[in-house]
Amino acid sequence: MDFVSAGDAAAKVKKTLIQVGMPDGVVRRAAIATYEAEMNIVIHAREGAIKASITSDQVEIVATDVGPGITDISLAMQEGYSTAPPHIREMGFGAGMGLPNIKRCADELDIQSEVGKGTQVRIIIKRSGEGQ
Amino acid sequence: MTLQQVKDILKAEVLVGNDQMGRVVTSGFGCDLMSDVLAFAPPGALLLTGITNAQVVRAAQMVDAAAVVFVRGKRPLPTEPVLEMAKDIRLPLLTTRYLLYDSCGLLYCAGLKGCTEDGGRQGAE
Repeated sequence: MDFVSAGDAAAKVKKTLIQVGMPDGVVRRAAIATYEAEMNIVIHAREGAIKASITSDQVEIVATDVGPGITDISLAMQEGYSTAPPHIREMGFGAGMGLPNIKRCADELDIQSEVGKGTQVRIIIKRSGEGQ
Repeated sequence: MTLQQVKDILKAEVLVGNDQMGRVVTSGFGCDLMSDVLAFAPPGALLLTGITNAQVVRAAQMVDAAAVVFVRGKRPLPTEPVLEMAKDIRLPLLTTRYLLYDSCGLLYCAGLKGCTEDGGRQGAE
């Protein structure tokens, strides 16, 4: 787990969205959602990748990992629920806000997970969207 | 409120961004949970925290925070590239000996509003 470089992917996504002229609100929502997805990979998975696809009207973020998977997705979506270990909490994460934060930022959110294999989180942020 | 005013009120030391003390902060957000920062901190906020790792810089970057103040006299470990990361994205970092509650209280009394919708003033007047 490389906790120091975690966030590099989200920073790159944010920089690219600013360069292509996305509105501030879209940039902010995409940056926060990507960062939370990236932190989830760093905290929970063995390996993972984040792919961002940008078109004129939306940003799609797909975070795919090889890891333990999510046993109960609806439980993981609840604020405050977390399986992060204590040393992660001491660093300011693992408060059970990751997936709820992503949902708050996203116009569409799809989570597919298989226990013992891994998780894929697909996030759509629309230019015309109403997310925070 | 400018960062220079923040620096003076908190008797703070500037770790990064001495040339950016004219930057304006529009609200204050005191928190040690970075996910709460991501959920609730608006753009332009001053982030006050006792956490000093690299993820504070990343979280501040994602929410477009104006600057970060480390409280309780804390400063990043020299083994982590926190200062370099902040320099790269021109994020000012300060450190103050005041505790989190005291720091927030001093800034609030000086006019820096909070991040709740009513600026944290409901019931305080």
